[in-house]
Amino acid sequence: MTRTAITATAASILALGLAFGPAPALAAKTSASIGMQLEPPNLDPTGGAAAAIDEVVYANVFEGLTRFGADGSILPALAESWEISEDGLTYTFKLRTGVTFHDGSGFDAEDVKFSLDRARADESTNAQKALFADIASVEVVDPATIKVTLSQPNGSFLFNMAWGDAVIVAPETAADNAAKPVGTGPFTFAEWVKGDRVDLARNPAYWGEPVKLETVTFKFISDPTAAFAAMMAGDLDAYPAFPAPENLVQFEADPRFAVIIGSSEGETILAMNNKKAPLDNILVRQAITHAIDRQAIIDGAMFGYGTPIGTHFAPHNPAYLDLTAQSAYDPEKSKALLEEAGVSDLTLSLKLPPPSYARRGGEIIAAQLREVGIDTEITNVEWAQWLEDVFKGKNFDLTVISHTEPMDIGIYGRDDYYFQYADPDFQAIMADLANASDPDKRTELMQAAQQKIADDYVNAYLFQLPRTGVADAKLKGLWPNSPTQANDMTGVYWEE
Amino acid sequence: MSIATRAERSFLRMALGHPAFVIGCALSSFFIALALISFVWTPFDPTKLSIPTKLQTPSLSHWFGTDHFGRDMFSMIMVGARVSIAVAFVAVGIGMLLGVPLGLYAAARRGSFIDELIMRGNDLVFAFPSLLLAIMITAVFGPGAINAIIAIGIFNIPVFARLSRGAALSLWTRDFILAARVAGKGAVRISAEHILPNIANLLIVQGTIQFSLAILAEAALAYVGLGAQPPLPSWGRMLADAQTLISLAPQMALFPGFAIIITVLGLNLMGDGLRDLFDPKLRRER
Repeated sequence: MTRTAITATAASILALGLAFGPAPALAAKTSASIGMQLEPPNLDPTGGAAAAIDEVVYANVFEGLTRFGADGSILPALAESWEISEDGLTYTFKLRTGVTFHDGSGFDAEDVKFSLDRARADESTNAQKALFADIASVEVVDPATIKVTLSQPNGSFLFNMAWGDAVIVAPETAADNAAKPVGTGPFTFAEWVKGDRVDLARNPAYWGEPVKLETVTFKFISDPTAAFAAMMAGDLDAYPAFPAPENLVQFEADPRFAVIIGSSEGETILAMNNKKAPLDNILVRQAITHAIDRQAIIDGAMFGYGTPIGTHFAPHNPAYLDLTAQSAYDPEKSKALLEEAGVSDLTLSLKLPPPSYARRGGEIIAAQLREVGIDTEITNVEWAQWLEDVFKGKNFDLTVISHTEPMDIGIYGRDDYYFQYADPDFQAIMADLANASDPDKRTELMQAAQQKIADDYVNAYLFQLPRTGVADAKLKGLWPNSPTQANDMTGVYWEE
Repeated sequence: MSIATRAERSFLRMALGHPAFVIGCALSSFFIALALISFVWTPFDPTKLSIPTKLQTPSLSHWFGTDHFGRDMFSMIMVGARVSIAVAFVAVGIGMLLGVPLGLYAAARRGSFIDELIMRGNDLVFAFPSLLLAIMITAVFGPGAINAIIAIGIFNIPVFARLSRGAALSLWTRDFILAARVAGKGAVRISAEHILPNIANLLIVQGTIQFSLAILAEAALAYVGLGAQPPLPSWGRMLADAQTLISLAPQMALFPGFAIIITVLGLNLMGDGLRDLFDPKLRRER
């Protein structure tokens, strides 16, 4: 009797298990929740510098004339094709027809003119106004054709137009994009629960190939431990830029997950305040670069994930020069250089923002600098404090930071940038580069620029930040690399 | 003289017969000894990184294993003990040195405006949760061991001020104080010569408890990154570092965690024991 009862109970539990367990798996999954470290301050890519904005909306909600492909190439987006005049000054874009914004209004050349003029206007709040600096005029030829005239030839104009900051917005909705983004992309904005998530839904009226996912949720989980737990529990389907490299070993050992290691545009550097004594002395800066053992930092802070770099350039770029040997780890040389510079008893401030590459890497750098007789005073700072104190206030000696924008070597030419280099010779190289459209000439100039900042030991170049992602093994189509700050969900699907 | 010696001897005998006190003393003196030894000797340099030997499990050469930078955990715990104890000691010292005179003065001027001012000021400091106050102070003045000491010290002041005022108030009504007043002694002298010695027991007991709370507070501040800054090891920061590595290298969290628990437990047992030993009622029963 008792046995029967137990068997019956077991059977009913089994039945329940069958009913509730595998049932949802029978229907193909059409949603994905993606983990992100930082929550965007707003959702308007044309009105904010935060990478998190593009990571939610780029290619999903908003599209530009051109776009980045997964490999970093420039692909047509809202512009179907284009013609460049002989002198490199006039770009005629042929626009796609039948495109509508999410609010139902149609897309045409007027929207493009509005978007570009708005971005380059004096009162524009665009975070990357330099992208539009060379535009002299924008003319509507007909509703499906737009002509952009440049004031000087710019070899990277199509590249510039692919940035998230150059997406096309509608005049009626542009002002409200920060809270309620309206674009032309394959996903529409559904809901933003502040502090928790942003929901996107499939756009049924999309002009291109319809996306496979019906809904996408971006969840903001900054704590690596919580992110790890959320992945393990299945609350997240993917975390494309997982913040704790030490956990990847565990994900790799688990067949439920796929670890995706790609390259990113993040040049991780030990930035130095080039105008502040004694760092205004090139010998001191060179001494610091020779005191640093890049491999120890990669192993210690990144658990082996990362590629050493010797200049501010991404190694996956064809124009990359490997200059690591020029600033190889050599503590003896470092000590000799410090002596030559006549500096002793050096104590430098080292301000570290929250990511683990900075906090851990900073501790390792501090220990390595101690070996050559440079003392550091470490201060751990939050992002807001870092932006205020280091980036704007320039009140620092050293800081560890990853520059994640694509092709951002140009920052070395900016006046008043936080590491305060702004060398006229370098600026001349940048000016030549902007005018060059011949690919060989461009490569040559980009390499000259890389060599110049390595020769001047502007900063200590540490490693290229890998894009260490983790995803459910069945979720396919995520970008392995990050040619720009984006989580392009258009090609993502669940494998049966 | 001989009476005093007998009293001392009986106190010592009683103390040794009080198991909680003995265990508490043993546990806390173990860590104090570790901290003291760390000044002259540690198995390894606790700030020396050695990436190739990172995340090792406990072994004969690394007794508590190594952390994610290959530093020796045992050496870090030893130096961490020094930091914790030093911060707690100075912080409680600040609390006592400022709080007790304030409390005694308020008791001597009981009922006056100055008494109200001191005690309401205390209430104001008390009104903030102690850790929030500490975070506020370190946020304004920047993180670091010194600011952690000041922050923890400040929230110790009202504890001692209240305790000494309460205890002193009950003494002020006693006949021997009346006698002292008749003899012409002023309030300050009476407080120092007659009241302070009579509330010393209470202060020592409270001091021990506050000491353990200060160690916890220091660990909490260091955990959120507001305590001692690297490369100086600190138990709280060791725990914070271990957080993402707990499933990979549990020793990184276990040992500093145990160090904090055992020290705080030891100090609490010692405080409880001292309270029992100083309590005349319990004394008579024994």
